[in-house]
Amino acid sequence: MSNLFTRYRWVILTILVFVFVTLFTAEFQQAQTTAVLASALRQSTPLVLGALCGVMCERSGVVNIGIEGQMLLSAFVGFMVASATGSLIAGIIAGMATGALMGASLAGLSVTLQGDQIIAGTVLNIAAFGISSYFFQQGLTLPSGKTPQVSLGPLADLPVIGRVFFINRPLTYLSLILIWVVWFVLFRTRWGLWTRSVGEVPSAAETVGISVARVRYTNLIAGGCLAGLGGAYLSLEAVGSFERMMTNGRGFVALAVMIFGRWNPIGIWGAALLFGYASAVQTQLQFRGWLADDPQFIGMIPYVVCIIVLAGFVGRARPPAAIGQPYSRE
Amino acid sequence: MSEALSVVAHPALEVQGVTKRFGDVLANEDVDFRIERGRVHALLGENGAGKSTLVNIIFGLYQADSGEVRRNGEVVHLNGPRDAIDSRIGMVHQHFQLVPVLTVAENVVLGDEPTRRGVVDLDEAASVVRGLAERFGLDIDPWVRVEDLPIGLQQRVEILRALYREVDILILDEPTAVLTPQETGHLLEVLRGLADTGVAVLFITHKLREVMAVADEITVMRRGRVVGHTVPADTDESDLASMMVGRPVELRLKRTPASPGEKMLTVVDLVVNDDRQTQALNGINLDVCAGEVVGVAGVEGNGQRELVEAVTGLRDVISGSVILDGEEIAGRSPRQISTMGVAHIPEDREKFGLIGAHTVADNMVLNRYHHRPYSRHGIRRPAAVDDEATRLVEEFDVRPPNIAAMVATLSGGNKQKVVAAREFSHESKVMIAAQPTRGIDIGNIEFIHRRLIEYRDAGMAILLVSAELDEVLGLADRVAVIYGGRIVAFESVDGMDRDRVGRLMLSGTDG
Repeated sequence: MSNLFTRYRWVILTILVFVFVTLFTAEFQQAQTTAVLASALRQSTPLVLGALCGVMCERSGVVNIGIEGQMLLSAFVGFMVASATGSLIAGIIAGMATGALMGASLAGLSVTLQGDQIIAGTVLNIAAFGISSYFFQQGLTLPSGKTPQVSLGPLADLPVIGRVFFINRPLTYLSLILIWVVWFVLFRTRWGLWTRSVGEVPSAAETVGISVARVRYTNLIAGGCLAGLGGAYLSLEAVGSFERMMTNGRGFVALAVMIFGRWNPIGIWGAALLFGYASAVQTQLQFRGWLADDPQFIGMIPYVVCIIVLAGFVGRARPPAAIGQPYSRE
Repeated sequence: MSEALSVVAHPALEVQGVTKRFGDVLANEDVDFRIERGRVHALLGENGAGKSTLVNIIFGLYQADSGEVRRNGEVVHLNGPRDAIDSRIGMVHQHFQLVPVLTVAENVVLGDEPTRRGVVDLDEAASVVRGLAERFGLDIDPWVRVEDLPIGLQQRVEILRALYREVDILILDEPTAVLTPQETGHLLEVLRGLADTGVAVLFITHKLREVMAVADEITVMRRGRVVGHTVPADTDESDLASMMVGRPVELRLKRTPASPGEKMLTVVDLVVNDDRQTQALNGINLDVCAGEVVGVAGVEGNGQRELVEAVTGLRDVISGSVILDGEEIAGRSPRQISTMGVAHIPEDREKFGLIGAHTVADNMVLNRYHHRPYSRHGIRRPAAVDDEATRLVEEFDVRPPNIAAMVATLSGGNKQKVVAAREFSHESKVMIAAQPTRGIDIGNIEFIHRRLIEYRDAGMAILLVSAELDEVLGLADRVAVIYGGRIVAFESVDGMDRDRVGRLMLSGTDG
């Protein structure tokens, strides 16, 4: 127990400080505090989904820097399908399918053709940007509107927490569940053990009869679904329309979140909340008119946090050993 | 087990007429081979003789071009490790196939995990591992991460993994290459015990002593073919060596007694730390005279590496001194020490001895490329380098004799010849040879040994550090036994026999 405490003392300390500050501000300005926290959760959702995609890929030994592209194209396709059919569910499924398809193409390039994974990921990003910009039409709307807000009964009435966690839209709830699902799959199931062994020493997995290619394909496709969900969240739940470049670097921030979260879904959630919180604070500050003449400086906050965190805290994190290396039997 | 009894007439595994070609290279040519239940079968051969290819065919990693593999009399087609595992063939790989960040239990069950409602049941896995460990005398803690285990125990994990799958053929590829003498002894006992339970054990090695000690049957391969099959009672080590190499080999070098001259290298009260900054050498005294070989014997990890690194300038000296022909060299840089006359064949030739991506020619002058005639006024002169390299390649019989070849493409033995050629040709006073024959063929071992003795006779002082006890006893004129960072005995080889040195190595005393 004391071992756990020393190991996680910084995490525990951060959480305590955070809770204390929140309680303090909530005492004076409950409305604003709640708004910032709710916004933090909303902002963290696409990061969580993108980073979960990253963790599925990287734990199996494939670097995926194409998350940005997967999210962007999924947001686009999801929106187009939802707009054309009038069905949000169809749009979400189309978004996930797009992400999965892009995951499969990344697998094709990096597992079957054994190409460079960074280049393969870059290809996805460029393709997604080009395709979504080329086919994008101004003026399309969602006949059904955004995904609806769902209150979870009496839980929603809790002070502060109720508003933040229990009055949300469906994909936000889903992402909160998926964090635990991915964690469970990776660390409790047979597939997770296979994934981690393939990501560490693929030849060892192969010699006990595990197909490295199958594990990597499956994880890249499953990860693609998650990134696709993140894209669908942006266009169908957060905004309700599609804009060019609407991911705005979130796919890359998701990679930082994944590293800061140490390739662990629960760590990822914490990291995503931190970035989400930074974004929410930034929005709130702009809203209040701080530095109104130079809003760019406020806009920088989440990215500065990102850089500081990556530079300062990640030193000890250890990525999966086989990451980035194509595997062949010989 | 009952099915095993019903097919007693057939060998556990039979390979017939197997041929395998990689490009132009015929790796296996018409190989016939069989292993029987309950026997330890040693497969002997030099590097490149085709042992690994054959084993990989048996394990399903390669497919034979022609010929067939029969399991209990029936032809089988193994298309990968999964098929081999399902056919109850297990393999302990030379380069362990373990996942370092996973625990022992996780590594053992990986691929065939016990589960309970979809969740991997690690408690079950751990108790299975404990049971197996107890039954076969392979004691280990199932909850430890593999990366925290010493090499010998990591190998246990590999063996347990095979046993967990209830193999009845167990293949071990060069299993003793990484083990200390006592670990080797224990492993051979375990193999014997396994064979007694009815498992067919296939043991691949090039160490003749082990073959004679444990094998029931011996098959020798050379250049892709089976060149002999025998039993230990009908043969001896030099016979086997000749079969492996294809010509008579001197296992024990004939050498004249040394005629030592002045002290060339003197180590006085040397104290050195290891990488973790704990003391590795606690005040060592040692001297080597011109024209003699001093052998340092010891179980690895007792300070040999630190001794070599301190003498060659690769490691800081905490206190004490190292004197080369009257001059203090402790505290000098590796290049100064090399220039002053200390040659060094490093333990890890890939890391410290060679630049794999450079040519043979460049590697031949790594310790003197900046001197005339290889450079003049700071500008390199490739022609001079090539001349010297051509001469050395011929003199040291480096194969292929191509000075433009990248060193990384050479075999281990030929890499070592490049290192030896460079270091011997530097006109040094002292040679520090650390594990000079590790991982190389018998033929090349003989070559390096002969050179060491020739240079000794020419007046060089040689400090030989080796984990191979036979090598130390066969070459050294005086033997120092190192134990726990101290020299526990230092005397003429005449008073040292294998048993006594072994006791000194293990306990620091010969009582």
